[in-house]
Amino acid sequence: MKADVPRSAIAASPVNSFEPLRSAFTERIGGAAEYVVIPVLALAAALAAFGIFVALFGKNPLDLYFYMYRGAFGTAFSWQNTLSRAAPLILTALCTALPAQLGLVIIGGEGALLMGALAATSTALLLPAAPPLVVQIAMMLAGMSAGGVWIALSGGLQHYRGVNETISSLLLVYIALALLNHLVEGLMRDPASLNKPSTREIGADNMLGTIPGIDVHWGLAFGLVAAVLSYILIYRTAFGFAARVAGGNIRAARVVGLGVGRLILIVCFLAGAAAGLAGMVEVAAVQGRTNANLAAGYGFTGILVAFLARHNPLAVIPVAILLGGINASGGLLQRRLGLPDASVLVLQGMIFISVLASETLYGRFRIFRRGP
Amino acid sequence: MADGSIGWWVVPVAVLGGALRVSTPFLFVSLGECITERSGRINLGLEGTLVMGAMCAYGTSYLTGSPWLGVLAAGCAGALMGLLHASICGLPRVNDIAVGIALMLFGTGLAFYLGKPLIEPSAPILPAIDFGAWSDVPQVRAALRINVLFLAGVALAPFLIWALSTTRWGLVLRTAGESADAARAMGYSVNLIRLRATMIGGFLAGIGGSFLSLYYPGSWNEGLSSGQGITAVALVIFARWNPMLCFWASLLFGGAAALGPALQSVGVSQGYYLFNAAPYILTLLIMIVTCSPKRTLVGAPAELSITR
Repeated sequence: MKADVPRSAIAASPVNSFEPLRSAFTERIGGAAEYVVIPVLALAAALAAFGIFVALFGKNPLDLYFYMYRGAFGTAFSWQNTLSRAAPLILTALCTALPAQLGLVIIGGEGALLMGALAATSTALLLPAAPPLVVQIAMMLAGMSAGGVWIALSGGLQHYRGVNETISSLLLVYIALALLNHLVEGLMRDPASLNKPSTREIGADNMLGTIPGIDVHWGLAFGLVAAVLSYILIYRTAFGFAARVAGGNIRAARVVGLGVGRLILIVCFLAGAAAGLAGMVEVAAVQGRTNANLAAGYGFTGILVAFLARHNPLAVIPVAILLGGINASGGLLQRRLGLPDASVLVLQGMIFISVLASETLYGRFRIFRRGP
Repeated sequence: MADGSIGWWVVPVAVLGGALRVSTPFLFVSLGECITERSGRINLGLEGTLVMGAMCAYGTSYLTGSPWLGVLAAGCAGALMGLLHASICGLPRVNDIAVGIALMLFGTGLAFYLGKPLIEPSAPILPAIDFGAWSDVPQVRAALRINVLFLAGVALAPFLIWALSTTRWGLVLRTAGESADAARAMGYSVNLIRLRATMIGGFLAGIGGSFLSLYYPGSWNEGLSSGQGITAVALVIFARWNPMLCFWASLLFGGAAALGPALQSVGVSQGYYLFNAAPYILTLLIMIVTCSPKRTLVGAPAELSITR
């Protein structure tokens, strides 16, 4: 009984008049804040671990952070470099994030990117006389279709044959790479490319220009549009709602009569189309031709971007810029600190592990809890 | 002249030799993954473990002059990767497939980072036994030069069948894989069982990696493993979680992987890259044929997240 007295006293005290405010905070922002604070903490932990890692090799971690910042966001040139790398990352991240809405773990974005690049290059080479805009649109459609079919294959195999989509999509990466090497060294090889077998160039007229004012190629705009459209599709349409229902509970989705197979095929096609578009962008805005340089790992980094963004298409944008920045700073780290080029991979791996381990923290902090 | 003596027989002989040679990493990784999956957890990160093992084995062999110490170092590196995987997956609400993907990227990155200085020097490699000394044909002799690690793997497969089916360790492991609740009811810690199984799996996968750098191809470079690890994980599904079937499947995949180089050796270079993709295409086809959406796979551990 005695204990009740102070409790009611507190209830009447003016301190408690903040209670509605506090619960409004946790209601409105707290839930979302958890999805920002925990990944940021995970990221910081990974950066700290990487600092310790390079310190073990006798490098100064403070230099490391300085050059990473410099190389990623320090100058106008590094911003430009970062954003050009973020463009394909947004698109390849969508390749993992969209199927994730259905509960599928697709990690074959690299394969769809390569197929998209191959299809886009072939299209451009088959249309030598067409006006550039026609060629570019045809390249986009070809790249998106090729990438889309590649990932829809994984999704379809999962649904109709029960083949694990994670493994099949990764196997398809190696098959796409073999196909690319086969064509680039054989049928499509430009006889003039001696040391590095490549296809013929798509032609300077057909190259995508840069966005006026910021000097970053148009791929960035494609990425932003694709991310926003994906967000609208998933969160603002009946189709997206159906996809999320099927992802949450596949049996419930069948009971209410959703065509799960159709959902899987369409979502996987769109996901692959995004990665295929990344391949088209890499050809039409960066490389100008197809060769083994295209397998630069954007597809694999995209998986990390998607997981870090918790498969939210809008969150993919800032995360892709961040990871694009880390990629972009790799060159500076090599030159100034003498770190191997694989250091970016190590850091990415650390971020990935740290972000996944942080999954266990959700719902454990009282400050983020909804309601009183 | 040597080529002419057995004519086109060169191709099957080279495929056989390749199967005996190339299958070893498949064999070790798939046996390791088999143990891990029988405990109810999947480790997709063995691709990274394989590359880490290859790098550690090469570095240790180069520094100490003993390739066997290299094999041991590779196993220990693999076990550490397994420990990392298992301790993260042991946390509540962490997805083992996603952690595997992360470790795949991390292991490859770390191996490339640490292995940068190892690309130039040449390290002592593992010995092989000549089973083909009776033959006069050089190709046959080359095909039957068999590495000791392969023989160890061949012995390991039946040993694992025995250990899984009759020992207390095997029973507890399978219980954790079939029903975590039953294992808990028996008073065992499911996390601990899976941690050990993942570490053993990582140890074996690391040894598989040591074969790549210390025997065939027998050097360290960044293109050493291209998907053998993930193919081996798929192979376990095809082999229905049975160590003996893992052995036969490894031979099949080794043969498929040897097809490209074998054809190239007789001058068929057309489609070299496509033949190199043969193991991946084969894996995919086998998975399409053997999987079914309607029933869970025969022999699949019930706790496994990819079959649930």
